[in-house]
Order: sequence, then C-alpha cells, then structure tokens
Amino acid sequence: MISAVRSWPKGRAGTRWLLGAGIIACLVMLPVIALFLQAIQGSAGLWSHLVSTVLPTALVDTGILLVGVGLITAILGTSTAWLVTAYAFPGRRLLEWALLLPLAVPTYIIAYAYLDILHPIGPVQGAIRWLLGYSSAREFRLPDVRSMTGCILLLGFVLYPYVYIPTRAMFLTQSANLIDASRTLGISRRAVFWHVALPLARPAVAVGVSLALMETLNDIGASEFLGVRTLTVSIYTTWITRTDLPGASQIALSLLMVVVALVAFEKWARGKQRYSTGAQRSRAFEPRRVSPAKGLVLLSAGIVPILIGFGAPAIYLVNEAWKRIEFAGISPRFLSEAFNTIVLASAATIITVLFGLLVAYASRLRPGAATAWLQRLSTLGYAAPGTVVAIGVLIVLATFDGFIDRTAMAWFGVSTGLLFIGSGAALLYAYSVRFLAISAGGIDAGLARIPVSFDHASRVLGQSAAGTFRHVHLPLSKAAITAAGLLVFVDCVKELPATLLLRPLNVETFATHLYGEAARGTYEEASIAALAIVAIGILPVILLSRMGQGRQ
Amino acid sequence: MNTSSVAKSTLFMASLLLSTSAVSAAELNIYTTREPGLIQPLLDSFTAATGTKVNTVFMKDGLAERVATEGESSPADILMTVDAGNLIDLVEKGITQPVESTVLTESIPAQLRDANNHWFALSMRARVIYAAKDLDLTAFNYEDLADPKWKGKICIRSGQHPYNTALFADHIAHYGAETTEKWLTGLKDNLARKAAGGDRDGAKDILGGICDIAVANSYYVGLMRSGKGGEEQVTWSNAIKVILPTFKDGGTQVNISGAAVAKNAPNKAEAVKLLEYLVSDEAQKIFAEANFEYPVKAGAAVDPIIASFGELKIDSKPLTEIVSHRKQASELVDKVGFDN
Repeated sequence: MISAVRSWPKGRAGTRWLLGAGIIACLVMLPVIALFLQAIQGSAGLWSHLVSTVLPTALVDTGILLVGVGLITAILGTSTAWLVTAYAFPGRRLLEWALLLPLAVPTYIIAYAYLDILHPIGPVQGAIRWLLGYSSAREFRLPDVRSMTGCILLLGFVLYPYVYIPTRAMFLTQSANLIDASRTLGISRRAVFWHVALPLARPAVAVGVSLALMETLNDIGASEFLGVRTLTVSIYTTWITRTDLPGASQIALSLLMVVVALVAFEKWARGKQRYSTGAQRSRAFEPRRVSPAKGLVLLSAGIVPILIGFGAPAIYLVNEAWKRIEFAGISPRFLSEAFNTIVLASAATIITVLFGLLVAYASRLRPGAATAWLQRLSTLGYAAPGTVVAIGVLIVLATFDGFIDRTAMAWFGVSTGLLFIGSGAALLYAYSVRFLAISAGGIDAGLARIPVSFDHASRVLGQSAAGTFRHVHLPLSKAAITAAGLLVFVDCVKELPATLLLRPLNVETFATHLYGEAARGTYEEASIAALAIVAIGILPVILLSRMGQGRQ
Repeated sequence: MNTSSVAKSTLFMASLLLSTSAVSAAELNIYTTREPGLIQPLLDSFTAATGTKVNTVFMKDGLAERVATEGESSPADILMTVDAGNLIDLVEKGITQPVESTVLTESIPAQLRDANNHWFALSMRARVIYAAKDLDLTAFNYEDLADPKWKGKICIRSGQHPYNTALFADHIAHYGAETTEKWLTGLKDNLARKAAGGDRDGAKDILGGICDIAVANSYYVGLMRSGKGGEEQVTWSNAIKVILPTFKDGGTQVNISGAAVAKNAPNKAEAVKLLEYLVSDEAQKIFAEANFEYPVKAGAAVDPIIASFGELKIDSKPLTEIVSHRKQASELVDKVGFDN
C-alpha cells in the first residue's frame, strides 16, 4: 500500500494500463501501417494528375463542406443543448431525447429520402405548385437538392446530435455554483451562456464537432449521391475506376494527416486549461421557468431540427415501407438480417467500449505526451474512409491467419486455413478500429470531469489503480460510458463499407441489404430495411433519455 | 473491470464469432458484386436442379483485394461482377483460372469471353438514351450528346461511374483522347444538373421537367415498366421513351455481366457446372425475364419490353480495346471537371 502511494502516479498498475493502451493503439495502427505499405508501392503519375485536375476542386469542396457542416452542427448542437438545460417549458422533457433522433438516420438514407421528398415530382414541390397554381414541373421548380448547399444542410441536420450529446452532458454537470456565482455578479442568462457555460463546454463541443466532421469526411454515400466531389470520393475513383490501390492509399493517408493536424490543432488551441470542477458535489443546474408564450417559441425552435433531421425522412420511410409491404409483403430474410445486425453491433460495442475505457483511463493514470499520443493514434481509424480501413484490416488479418496456419502446420501438421478473414471477428476488428475514437473520446471527456483529487484520495486510502477505477471512476462516468456505447452501437448498425467487404458468406445485415437494393436502383425494396436501421437507432435514444431522467 | 477480464471477454466474443466461418466442402461459394436480388433466382434454380448448396457474399469495392489477400485458403469458387474492365482486373490480379468447357465456348460468342477462357460474359446491357415522351426524336448518335442544342437538357450520373467510363472509353476507341475531351466538355456544358445519382433518376428527372434526355442503362426501363417496383415507377417509365443510340461509325455501346472461376477454388468442378448452367437456355431466360438484360447466348429470347426498343446493333469495338482506354477516360472526366 505504501509503495503504491509513493510511486503514484507512476505505479506498476499504471504501467499495465499504459501497456494495454499501447497494445490497442498498435492494433488500430496496424491497418494504417498496412495502408502505408500499400501507398509506398508507388503510383506513377497519380499526383501530377491529381494536382492539375482533381485536387483544386476536391480540396475547396472538402473545405467548404467541412466548414459548413462544422458550423451547422456546432450551432444546432450547442443551442439545442442550452435550450433544454437552461430553460423550463412544456415539452422540454420530450425535446431532450427527441433531439437525439436524427442520430438514427444514416447519411446515405437521408440523401435518398430528401432527393425524393424535394424532387420536382415529390410531395413538397407538388404542394408548392398546387398553391401557386402551376400545372407542371416544367413551368416551375425549386433549385435541385443535388448541390453543395443541399449536402451541407442535410449532413448538418443529421450530424448535430454528435455535438448535442456531449455538450448537454457538459451543461448538466457544470457546477451550478459557477452559474450562480455569475448570476450573483449580475450578468444575464444570455451572458452566462456566452461567458461561462459555453467556454466551459468547449471540450465537449470540440469533441462533438470533430466526430461530426470525421463522419462527414467518411461519408461516401450522401456526398457522392448529391454530386459533391470530396477527397473521399477521389479516393474511391482512384481505386475503383483506375484500379490503383497504392494511389488510393496515398490519398487516404494524406487525408488522415489532415485529420491528425486538425485534432492536434484543437488540442493545442485548448492549451493546458483544465476543465474539472471542484471536489464538492456539484448541484444540477436549475432551468429557468419561462412564460407560456416564450415556452412555445422555444419548443418550436427545438422541434425544427428534429423535423428536418428525423421527422420528414422517417415519415417518408414509413410511407415507402408501407407501400412495399402492401405490394410484396415482408421477406423472410428480414429476421436473419435483424439478428446479424444486432449481434454484430452489440459485440462490437462491448469490445470498442472496453478498448475505449482502457485507452482513456491509461491517459488519466499517466498523463503526458506518451498517453496523449497513444490516444490520438488509437482514434485514427475513425478518420479514414471505411473501405480503406477495411482493406487495411484485410491485409493485417491475412498476415495473422497465414502466421497461425504456418505455425499449426509446423507444430501439428494441420492447416488452419483462414481463421479471422471471412469470419465475424474480422468485422469486429474493423468496427473497433473505426469507432474507437467515439468511445475513447466520450469516455475521456467523462473522466476529465472527475477531479484528480478523487484519484489521490482513493489511492491514499489504499486502492489500486484498478480499484480506484472500479469504485470511483466507473460509477462517476457511467453516463459518459453508456452514451459512448450507444453512439458506437448505432454507428455499427449504420456502418456500410467495412461490413460489405469483410462479412462472412451468407451474412446479410440491414445496411448491406439496403445498399444492394440501392445499387441496382431499387430503393423501394430496401425501404423496410432502411426503416429498420432507423428504428434500431431509436432504441438507444430512448434508453439514453430514460437514463437522463433517472439521474434528475 | 480490469485488463484480464477485458482480455477474457474479448477472447470470448472472438471465439463466438469465429465459429461462423466454417464452410463444408460439398458447397459452392460465390463472391459477387451483382446484387443478391438479381442472381438469387438463378442460384435457387441451380440448387433445385443439382442439389449443390450455393453460398454467396455480395460486396462492391474490394472484392479482388479480398480474394487476393485470402490467398490459397480462399473459400471463393466463383467471382461474379459487372463491367468488362472489372473482369479483366480479376485476371490481371492473378486470382482467376482458365476453364476448359465446350459448353461455355459454344454458347458464348468469342468477343464476349476471354481469349484464354479466364472470364465469360453471362448477360449484356446497353447504354441507351431515355427521352421525354413528347420529344421529336427517334434516332440518336452518342456524338450528339455534345451538340449545343441540348444545352441544359441532359441528365447523367457521375462520369466516374463504371457505366459511364466504359461509354467514354468506347468514344476514345472510336475517336482518340483529344476528340473525346472536346466531346466530354460539350456534354458537360449540356448537363441540366450535377452528374450524380443513379440511372433511374434520369427517368424521374425527365418526368420532373429537369431534363429532356438522360443517359442510362437499358434494364432499368424493364424494371420500371414491368411494374415490379410498384405503380409509381410505371408512371416514371411511361414519361419516357427509349432510343438505342449508336456511334456514327459503329453501334450501341454494351457492357456485360460475367463470371470467372477463382484461382484457388476449392470446388472447381461445381463452379464450372454453375457457369455452364448460367448459359443454359433456362438460365438465359431468367436473365432476360427477371433482370431485363440481353442474353449472351445466340438465339435466346429478349424480354418483350426490351425488344420494343428495336434491334440492338452492338458496337464494333472489342471489349478488351474499350477496357484498355478506361483509365484514360477516367482521367479525362477529372480533367474536364465533368462531375464538378
């Protein structure tokens, strides 16, 4: 016990955690390294072609898209989070969880849905023409949704919950004392938001926006469908149309470097500020009652993003799915797809959250450059396009399978063949590489709010690092861990490119089925699967809302 | 929660999921980029006829990479894909093997299979023009797509989509890169909207008044007009008529769907049997009736909806020549900013 105290914070337990985090970082890095090895095989003339033709547009387009989506998610996420924490009005409880609903809608589904909803022959323009007295679409129609503006708006309205979740959690747990102190000093509610609550919530907003931006960079379905030429689209073109995997890997790695630079910049900008509050139990911060009229305004303001990001596409999907069921019934494949989707996503969530805990806790035990880098490295997979990660995973597992096969041959004279490739394990590996950023980031933000003095007290009282984790950190960061787990789960259900490439024979998930139908242009046959993906995405939202209410 | 329980649960989950990978030897495994809905009827009738169970996994990008990394242990027997370029890629990556079968060589015309019997076309589709029904237009040349009289009136999907790069590569085969660049610039200037979306959107966009003509594949019209996708699509497809365009000095550009036997196929005999089945009269009929594709076998009937477009005169340029221009076509698409 004494030695544990004396050696803190560099105790042996801390070293073990560090080692664990190191191993996970290696696991995540392996596919990236595999890509690097692909990339250095060289690709003659690719860059001169890219620089002279594609890059100028792709860079500008990617930049505009990122800035646009970043702004919309930051504004929507932060303002809605403040709306439901700072003010009390009828319907607030409903808003609190309903604001999460867009999370359930994958970007590719929202693109398909809005193209139909806003099409000249769709319901919206039909109604407008009817109102204005035009008889055909040739006389009057609105600008096409297939544009940069359309893409920014659609992505912004489905991705803002990534900012809303951590920011709201931050507002909720910000010590009421700070708010009260500012109020006592005579500043207005609005000024509290700008000068106290928002600056304190900056890490949460930053985490949320960076997740949303990585989702944007990763998105291939929506931006390609809406005709926005991002760098990610260029990667695919280089690889698929010109069968140049080394070239595609080079672009993917450059994209990764951009992301690493962004993350580093964010950390640097945040500097050495610490955001944990004092040790005394922080009171939840009391929302202010507002007049019924103002309440109605606030409620309506909160409903708009839900309607756009969830309501309209959900109604559209229900309608399409219903037409489909009437027309062709429900396919028996539906059940097996549901089973595959849920089992894969649950298993991946458990693993990813455990990995995330390890990485986040290691950096708490051993704060410093080493763990900071480990944490950054282990989140790289989130920034790379899904298929490219999947190729990396494929190469790593092939090496591993080959090694086992040769060893088994040498020792026992048995060939083990392919153990991991083409099995669920390959998928789980790919999912955890992809989504570790979500779990590690979310858990890290949760841990950051627990005062370090708690750790000191627990260690002085004789707890080991693991014991402190179990008895102090785990209970205090349960909400953050659950939230991170839910995000990972929903992302796994929605994940498409890696699932498509790595899954075993005869295994179909909702996402792969949907893609299969969409690829042959028969969206309507996939509307039931699409609706199911959205419905599964809603379940965690409900769970999250119950949890939030239990705490209040 | 400590590290050892982390490790244990990870191992547990892994072992649980590993068990799904076992595949018994008496079956046949297909890796396909053709959507399950399209090939399942064919596979079902093969299983009914032979008793061989067929396992499939549908993928899109990376099929070749997966087979290549799986190496000698790969369970894949048949690799199935669309676009001649994709088939030739499989051969160039060294993951296919030649098949000696007189059934295949007698059923499939020589220009629709590999000279060394590595791949075989199973069906064809034509790159056609959808035009607004009331438009005064009965014949069309691909060259006309760049004619300024169509300014703001043409819809097409991304220039980087394999269906389009194949068409553009065919244009290069006819006229060379320089002329094709001018043609692409002209076509780009004629677009009514961004080059995006899918082929079927062309029909919808014509109905929605966005464009007058659209470049798209032949079989979508069959899917829509047959009512298989519901009433709404019949309306879309009735808003358009289909014209089989030709190059001035050639015919209509067609692309293929096809298959190859994997180099390390564990069940080669069954794989060859399936390929032979797929060019049988029965299977070719399913290709034509269920998918509205053109059969490859001489004498096999085309679906009436597709037949109503008129006689298909296939362009003279060999598939291998078109494929050799694919990369150049893709680079030209970037160069003229086709998709911007």
